[in-house]
Amino acid sequence: MTRFLIWYGELTTQRRLLTRGLQFLGVGMLWILLFLVLPGLVLVVVSFVTRGSYGQLEWTFTIENYKRLLGFSVFGWTPDYIVILWRSVWVAFVTSVIAVVLSYPLCFFICSRPERTRYLWLMLVIIPFWTNMVIRTYAWFLILAPEFPLARLAHFLGFIPANTPLYPNAFAVYIGMVTIFLPFVAMPLYASVERLDWSLVEAAQDLYASKVRVFFQAILPQTIPGLSVGIILTFVPAMGMFVVPDLLGGAKYMLVGNLIEQQFGASRDWPFGAAVSMGLMLLTMVSLYLYRKRHREMQLV
Amino acid sequence: MRRLHPAVTALAMVTYLFLYIPLVAVAIFSVNATRYGLSWKGFTMQWYTKLIHNEVILNAAWNSLVLAVVSTIIATILGTALAIGMDRFPWPKKTRTTLDLILHLPVVVPDIIFAAALVVAFGLLRMISSLFQPGLLNMIIGHITFQVSFVALVVRSRLVSIGRDVEEAARDLFADTPYLLRRVMVPLLIPGIVAGAMLAFTLSLDDFVISFFTAGPDSVTLPLYIFAAVRRGVTPQIHALSTLVLLVTVSLIIGMERLTRK
Repeated sequence: MTRFLIWYGELTTQRRLLTRGLQFLGVGMLWILLFLVLPGLVLVVVSFVTRGSYGQLEWTFTIENYKRLLGFSVFGWTPDYIVILWRSVWVAFVTSVIAVVLSYPLCFFICSRPERTRYLWLMLVIIPFWTNMVIRTYAWFLILAPEFPLARLAHFLGFIPANTPLYPNAFAVYIGMVTIFLPFVAMPLYASVERLDWSLVEAAQDLYASKVRVFFQAILPQTIPGLSVGIILTFVPAMGMFVVPDLLGGAKYMLVGNLIEQQFGASRDWPFGAAVSMGLMLLTMVSLYLYRKRHREMQLV
Repeated sequence: MRRLHPAVTALAMVTYLFLYIPLVAVAIFSVNATRYGLSWKGFTMQWYTKLIHNEVILNAAWNSLVLAVVSTIIATILGTALAIGMDRFPWPKKTRTTLDLILHLPVVVPDIIFAAALVVAFGLLRMISSLFQPGLLNMIIGHITFQVSFVALVVRSRLVSIGRDVEEAARDLFADTPYLLRRVMVPLLIPGIVAGAMLAFTLSLDDFVISFFTAGPDSVTLPLYIFAAVRRGVTPQIHALSTLVLLVTVSLIIGMERLTRK
């Protein structure tokens, strides 16, 4: 039995409607399933197989790759890979914190500009957001070059020998990471700061709240929506970042992104690379989960 | 607007400098006459004129353009259809949640994992067909996959904001689906479609990781070329190229803003 229904002015049946809906979204969905979901599942499978001596895949199933990721090898236990994973989380964390700390003054500054120029100042944050990551990263080569004050200062303080650039090292990685991700925090945060209800801030000041207290109790809670979007937009991609540590950290400050790239590039060890990717995926999912959990708590408050 | 503490303004200025000093340095050294070192030896445009005669760079620019144009066209069509399909039909709640999850996957999965998955998938496909050698085809497929979601999300927000009244009116007047699409929905959606397409185009031009993992020797794009070149050592020519890329990006953003703000 067919039941007719009126769907926004059209006399049709449920089945016909859904068939048409499927025609619309079918190809797009199929595309994502075929080229993202399916390869993702294949990657999971590959993380459990063995690498042949020429880098080919041998279909004997093992958890060897994961044991190796945790540091177990024939030579005993080493924390190398765990250190790299932990370092990636740490770098992502520090990057997010610095980006947040710098974004607040930036957003307040933009909001304080008169209507005419405010858009221009905002645009100056949007432009780096869209500028190619490789260019923005390598640009630091120039600023950190031995001829420039930063490297001279570092030499003067005894951190580096004379006539050497201030990269590759951990410091350069942090600098690069913050430049890349700062707009990711500033843009969503700006949306929140713009809508800030200043009467609450004034009320806090009228009641003689200290400046710190005004910030944490009158400003911060109001900007949480933008702030949390910004943090998640920074933290997750920062963990898997590959360009910045490759160019500015070199072998001295390797992150999980470089480790993955190495396995699919020079080492040609796909199974281990797949296992490392699963490690990164796990870290991503844990941080998204924690974010959602905290977010819900905050909404309850 | 209230007055800011001078320290806030100062910090904001430092942050702007922090963002722009590296980029300005690249632009300055792109017109510096000396080939080596970082001392100023006078103004020149020779690095820009040399770019035009560099086959490899022209080829990389061409590849970037082909990749961005082809993937954007396909992703825009698929993404728009996907958005209409998701927003305008009475999907059961569970199906809708699943569809939503799949749609957001390309946005949340870290790009390096997506790239790794593509390497493995194309590697296995190569056993069946030599079509999937690393190269432009693989890159286009990869780019479309992440672009589709962004286009669909942008178009969907436009679909929500235009509402369904006009569509309903058209249906009441017995418009069939092709007519409705052609004469009612697409014209109303155009700002969203264009914004989505420009977003997809910029994302494609900007992408490094997906391209890096799927490119072959003949399909080097500009970001890949710059990356490989600066690993060997920076040259004024690379500065010139980067400055040009930067200018193109800025004009694209300004164009995009003009379109979406109206």
